[in-house]
Amino acid sequence: MTVAALRGAPEARPARRRFGWTWLGLVPFLIFATAFLIVPTLYLVVGSFKNAAGEYTLQNYADLSQPEITNAYLTSIEISLVTAVLGGVFGFLLAYAVISGGLPGRFRAGLLTFSGVASNFAGVPLALAFVFTLGRLGFLTIFLRDILGIDIYDNGFTIYSKLGLEIVYLYFQFPLMVLIMAPAIDGLRQEWREASENMGASSAQYWRYVALPILMPSILGTMILLFGNSFGAQATAYQLTGGTLNIVTLLISRQMRGDVLNNVGLGYAIAMGMVAIMAGTILIYVWLQRRAARWQR
Amino acid sequence: MSFLRLTGVQKHFPGGVVAVEGFDLEAVRGEFVSFLGPSGCGKTTTLRMIAGFEKPTAGTIVVDGKDLTYTSPNQRNVGMVFQSYALFPNMTVAGNIGFGLKVRKQSKAAIDRRVGELLELIHLEGRGDRFPYQLSGGQQQRVALARALAIEPQVLLLDEPLSALDAKIRIVLRKEIRAIQRQLGITTVYVTHDQEEALSLSDRVVVMSEGHIEQIGTPSEIYNFPSTAFVASFVGTLNLVNARVIDAGAGRLSIEGQEVRTTKAVTDAGADGRVTLAVRPEGISLGEGGEGSNRLRGTVDDINFLGSIVRIRLRLGEGTSGEPPAVVALDTFNEPHLRLPAVGEQATISFPTEACFVLGAARDGALASAEAGAEV
Amino acid sequence: MRLTRLWWWIVFIVGFLYFFLPLLGTFEFSLGHPIGPVRATPTLDYYASVVGSTAFWSSLGYSFIIGVITIVVSIGLIMPTAFWVRLRIPRARPFVEFVTLLPFVIPPIVLVFGLISTYSHPPFPFTYTDIGSTALLVAAYVVLSFPYMYRAVDTGLQAIDIRSLTEAAQSMGAGWTRILLQVILPNVRVALLSGAFLTLAIVIGEFTIATFLARPAFGPYLSLLGQTKAYEPAAVSIISFGLTWLAMILIAYIGRGSRTRVAVTGAR
Repeated sequence: MTVAALRGAPEARPARRRFGWTWLGLVPFLIFATAFLIVPTLYLVVGSFKNAAGEYTLQNYADLSQPEITNAYLTSIEISLVTAVLGGVFGFLLAYAVISGGLPGRFRAGLLTFSGVASNFAGVPLALAFVFTLGRLGFLTIFLRDILGIDIYDNGFTIYSKLGLEIVYLYFQFPLMVLIMAPAIDGLRQEWREASENMGASSAQYWRYVALPILMPSILGTMILLFGNSFGAQATAYQLTGGTLNIVTLLISRQMRGDVLNNVGLGYAIAMGMVAIMAGTILIYVWLQRRAARWQR
Repeated sequence: MSFLRLTGVQKHFPGGVVAVEGFDLEAVRGEFVSFLGPSGCGKTTTLRMIAGFEKPTAGTIVVDGKDLTYTSPNQRNVGMVFQSYALFPNMTVAGNIGFGLKVRKQSKAAIDRRVGELLELIHLEGRGDRFPYQLSGGQQQRVALARALAIEPQVLLLDEPLSALDAKIRIVLRKEIRAIQRQLGITTVYVTHDQEEALSLSDRVVVMSEGHIEQIGTPSEIYNFPSTAFVASFVGTLNLVNARVIDAGAGRLSIEGQEVRTTKAVTDAGADGRVTLAVRPEGISLGEGGEGSNRLRGTVDDINFLGSIVRIRLRLGEGTSGEPPAVVALDTFNEPHLRLPAVGEQATISFPTEACFVLGAARDGALASAEAGAEV
Repeated sequence: MRLTRLWWWIVFIVGFLYFFLPLLGTFEFSLGHPIGPVRATPTLDYYASVVGSTAFWSSLGYSFIIGVITIVVSIGLIMPTAFWVRLRIPRARPFVEFVTLLPFVIPPIVLVFGLISTYSHPPFPFTYTDIGSTALLVAAYVVLSFPYMYRAVDTGLQAIDIRSLTEAAQSMGAGWTRILLQVILPNVRVALLSGAFLTLAIVIGEFTIATFLARPAFGPYLSLLGQTKAYEPAAVSIISFGLTWLAMILIAYIGRGSRTRVAVTGAR
């Protein structure tokens, strides 16, 4: 190549990128996240592989099969599944009712605003509210007993139980479902319904062939989210059952108050199991949302 | 023998909104009818009443002898093509097209066969397993058409099906739609606000405005013999000039002191004796014209080269006391040997007396010398 | 058609009852539980007792201040980061988003477990001191606020053309701090307010982390009250519910038009 040709050539791009100085702008955020999110989690991860003597071991994970622990997981999963499905189904119905069910328009805004509040109305005040309503001396309990003659507690019901917790959890599961499904239901275009009617389909056929298939990724995805939401809840359960119910979050909570397992590493392993389940649910949720988004064009 | 008949169809919405009033139409089998009008004129509402998505507040809709006025939409066997295509996003192209047949519980083999036929008809063979989001706008529209046709509807309804597409695709697709419609002989109602579409496609055009029918006629009738001022100004481009009435009975008028005649007596002059006179640009020619034509002299204001057409703007005077001068535009074909006047030159134009008509009382201001309709 | 309409009405009424009755129960208790076995007369005494108790005000005040500090730190971290990512390193976006979504994967109980395990001994013995524990609390809350704050700020930034604004400011000689504070911040105010209210609501209602860090916050206060008193907790609940509702209405009012429809998960 002659010098003349080189001189005539357009300005060459740098062969290598300069070191990404721009990434330094993320440093404060990353330091913070690392210090107060990543490191504590890593501490738990590492600790879960250590035994009392400080040596590395998988024993803690093996010990997860202890009956008390597996029961805790099973109960947590059961509660989360129940509230996810019930919360999902009824939450969906509720959202659909106010959006496309022919109810007055104001109901929709009301429900959505209320859902914004109610999905946050969790933890201690929520547990208390249900104790006030359905507890042994609760307002509704007494009303049913004195006015309708039905004594629910005599019939074996108690709010301070797994069933009670499920009833209480629905209070923030329904709104979460409503809030997330509302835009998806909105996205069901009127013309699809009209086109399907035009093709001769009945209402049931419309739902079966068009509406539900379109909504299913969102419905499933949100139910998964509901599952994770319920699984990770602690405060409500603590307040309602005095921390005694055997679910994973309360197990960890009891462990933190005192080494009830006699093995700190085991406690960490339990926490890790929980993180694994939560991570799984988020991943499935994100995947399902991507599928739903594909049809939103 | 009318195949599709609407009689006295009316739609009032709660709150006093009158969307459609006194709509009467008789279409024969296989006819292609367009509803043409500006937004809000009621054309889509009427179409939706034929489809069954709106119930008329009065009147009847009869298809092939059967009164469908209050039948629910999923029992009418009319196929509708929506403006936004409304393809089911969760189904493939084949699934969409075959949906109506699946609802009618036809066998899989029969459905596949019919879907195959239709894919061929719309030139999308082999694309049956694509999803709507993988198709272009034009392709989606064709699938929407195939879907509506799959159920062999008695009437085909199209609601501004091409408005979301590029100009070039629109022209190609509308020809295809018409060809398919002819081939299948399906009675069709086509809603559009684009007069070019309506005029080029239809056997007859229903021009609508503010909920009622202005005129029903063949494209040629609508264009050349508009029966109302609205139709005249909505369809095609139009010159509007203010003119003073000299002799109403004889149809003699004066524009800037120059006399012109119309073929009809003047009945709707304004209180000041002035009217709006309408002349189509293509009706005007350069030169003296034949015996008995109207002639006007003026100064060439502007010459616009539009490709195959040259549009010349001629100023007819200097204007009277505060009003801008009357201006007319004429279109003439662009020929290589065209001898055009230069800007600023005097020129004579002519047009037959039948090519102009009175459009009511004079309107002052910019509208008076504006050109109505689409300015190219 | 009528039948389906009726069905949806039934659904709505059932939902309404489910949501309303616990609130009614709380309210009824806050008046002294007149329906109860003691058949007391309804009274506002318990409200007075709550409003008159120092514990209520001090814990509420504590949580409020912590909330404000959390908001400031969170905005201070998130806003420049979101801005920088949008302006200079769009490639980093998925990564940063991922980090901000981690708090969903690591629930508060696990987070506080990890925080205490990590920071309850040298080299970073935060939990030894009050101020250290409080700092840890704020840090935890900032982490908890990440998903909402980031989403709010990102939405706000999306609505304005930050590239042009930044370049215009730079051409007039502004440095980064000035750009952020005087050009970007005012234009994302609405989004920031929405994220701020959300964070405040979360902080005030939070129980798990505050309890385990032994902080005198509103959550632990209410929990203890619930275990020791019968009717005062109801009054507190009503008051706090009212305040949350107010905050949400303010968010909705201020954020009307923007698309920040973020689901909130507070104390669970």
